[in-house]
Amino acid sequence: MIMRTLTVNRLIVALLAAPLAALALVTAVQASEGGYRLDPAPIDHNDLASLQRGARTFVNYCLNCHGAQYMRYNRLQDIGLTDQQIKDNLVFTGVRIGEPMKVALSKEDGKAWFNVPPPDLTVIARARGADWLYTYLRTFYRDPKTVTGWNNAVFQNVAMPHALWALQGERALEIKNVKDESGHEHVEYHWSELSKGTQSTIEYDRTVRDLVNFLVYMGEPIAAERRHIGVIALFVLGILFVFAYWLKREYWKDVH
Amino acid sequence: MSTKLMALWEWFDARMPSVKQEYKKHLTEYYAPKNFNFWYYFGSLALFVLVIQIVSGIWLTMSYKPDANLAFGSVEYIMRDVPGGWVIRYIHSTGASAFFLVVYLHMFRGLLYGSYKTPRELIWIFGVLIYLCLMGEAFFGYLLPWGQMSYWGAQVIVNLFSSVPFIGPDLAVWIRGDYVVSDATLNRFFALHVIALPLALLGLVVVHLLALHDVGSNNPDGVEIKKVKGPDGKPLDGIPFHPYYTVKDIVGVVVFLAIFCVVIFFAPEMGGYFLEYNNFVPADPLVTPAHIAPVWYFTPYYSILRAVPPMFYSQFPGVLAMGLAVLLLFFLPWLDRSPVKSIRYRGPYYKIALTTFIISFLVLGYLGTVPTNAWGQFGPWLGEAERCTVVARIGTILYFLFFLLMPWYTARDSVKPVPERVTS
Repeated sequence: MIMRTLTVNRLIVALLAAPLAALALVTAVQASEGGYRLDPAPIDHNDLASLQRGARTFVNYCLNCHGAQYMRYNRLQDIGLTDQQIKDNLVFTGVRIGEPMKVALSKEDGKAWFNVPPPDLTVIARARGADWLYTYLRTFYRDPKTVTGWNNAVFQNVAMPHALWALQGERALEIKNVKDESGHEHVEYHWSELSKGTQSTIEYDRTVRDLVNFLVYMGEPIAAERRHIGVIALFVLGILFVFAYWLKREYWKDVH
Repeated sequence: MSTKLMALWEWFDARMPSVKQEYKKHLTEYYAPKNFNFWYYFGSLALFVLVIQIVSGIWLTMSYKPDANLAFGSVEYIMRDVPGGWVIRYIHSTGASAFFLVVYLHMFRGLLYGSYKTPRELIWIFGVLIYLCLMGEAFFGYLLPWGQMSYWGAQVIVNLFSSVPFIGPDLAVWIRGDYVVSDATLNRFFALHVIALPLALLGLVVVHLLALHDVGSNNPDGVEIKKVKGPDGKPLDGIPFHPYYTVKDIVGVVVFLAIFCVVIFFAPEMGGYFLEYNNFVPADPLVTPAHIAPVWYFTPYYSILRAVPPMFYSQFPGVLAMGLAVLLLFFLPWLDRSPVKSIRYRGPYYKIALTTFIISFLVLGYLGTVPTNAWGQFGPWLGEAERCTVVARIGTILYFLFFLLMPWYTARDSVKPVPERVTS
């Protein structure tokens, strides 16, 4: 019996180790590949003040062109706001508080102005990920070759102009292909400032952090409660396991 | 039981004795080998997941709208506005992956202990049919959220049928009900997903279990327990399924639920493997995603499809290979010539073959999730071939060799003597 268990165990270890080794190899290969390196977004779903600031930035700067048609205004109670606060500070279009965050800009106009209609942002954080958004919103640069005069380091030739430029200021980016001593080619990014915005770099990073925090919240408003319920569910299952296991042991006592 | 209840039961039993008979036949007097190990949890778990999927599916259907203009929004409506909708949706989306995981482990158990061998060929065939049904169910269901991956995944799979010689293009139009994946496709996939295939699946599960209970369960020793019976006519190594295995399987269900809940409540997207990130972008027929990958449970076959190069200006050979990879499973009972069932008494050939097969299946599965250029290319001395493609080709060949060489290596393998009775 012991011998058999050993063989099966060895089989299992071999089965598990092979794909893991393959995965490790791939990760190493992927890490060395190009593209603009994404900054980890320092978001915190428990930071209600940050979420509220993010909501304000969202309705002031994003909601003019992008909608969030699956997100209702009054859902913002989740992040510690009362209906009155939402009405006074965040609803500018006069819609009722139970309405979703729709945008006045039609799809046709959007297409005519930007070449592609601005996407709905309700679940954009789930599609793109927080790090991508956090980096994307901080890497716009001036580019005379594009229609809008703006380009982006993460999303090359994006149709969207820099909506937050008044806060960040204007920047230029020089992209260079450099060869190091070993002949390996890599891309270098050189940023330079063209004009100052109303916020310092640190303040602007914080604004974007709050905005991304809000977008992540909006992508799945239930997320915080979900984790909370999960802890309770696992606790209940833990208790259930003790009883189930005890029951099984009692019944199996007479099996020899 | 109170006398009144007893009287009611006797009244019922006199009019429909088959309930009691079937209860005995399939539960209290169904004798299962007493030496079931870890791998034997996955049959009952598969049944449990089927129930989860049917029940959560019914509730999703109450709020879902099978309409190209409304489908994506109705899923978000379920996630946000339907009370408890989010948990039902996550149960269903995680349940799909759990179903495949459990079924793959269940099938692996069959390979370990030769559960497909005489007299259980029919059980195995019904099982493979269940697996095929499950693949259809997953494919049709994946279109319903109407995200980019739903749309383009369906587009890719339906296009496979258009590569069939002569009738292909007409066949693809017939499946879609349109020249592209559209509202018509969504509606019929919905009908197939919520009615046709669940019915077929339930029917197949019933015959799978009936066939099992006729011949009895295999076990880790591959010993037929019916050969050694006590004076009472009951197998000496058998114990009644109920209560012994019901209480044991409850433990399995609780452990399964704990893992299931970890996913649902803490990682419902499972890093993009259970819910793909791109599927949070609504379907757009005009924008093709750069990298279209099926959900993880299809990726081994997707890899086989990509590994086979086009021949005679046609992708059909790849499609054929993919189909064959699944269909070969049906022939397993006749490909295996070994006189013993369980891996415990088999020789090194089968052990090596099975290990190689599982590793190639996993590697193929992994490769199906990445673009073919993910590992870069070999140098000019190997014709600058894509590394991923080369590995996928080797994996594909090994996958097929497991089956095609089986009559040869199982007949020649050394075997150990099988005991009369099960070992504890």
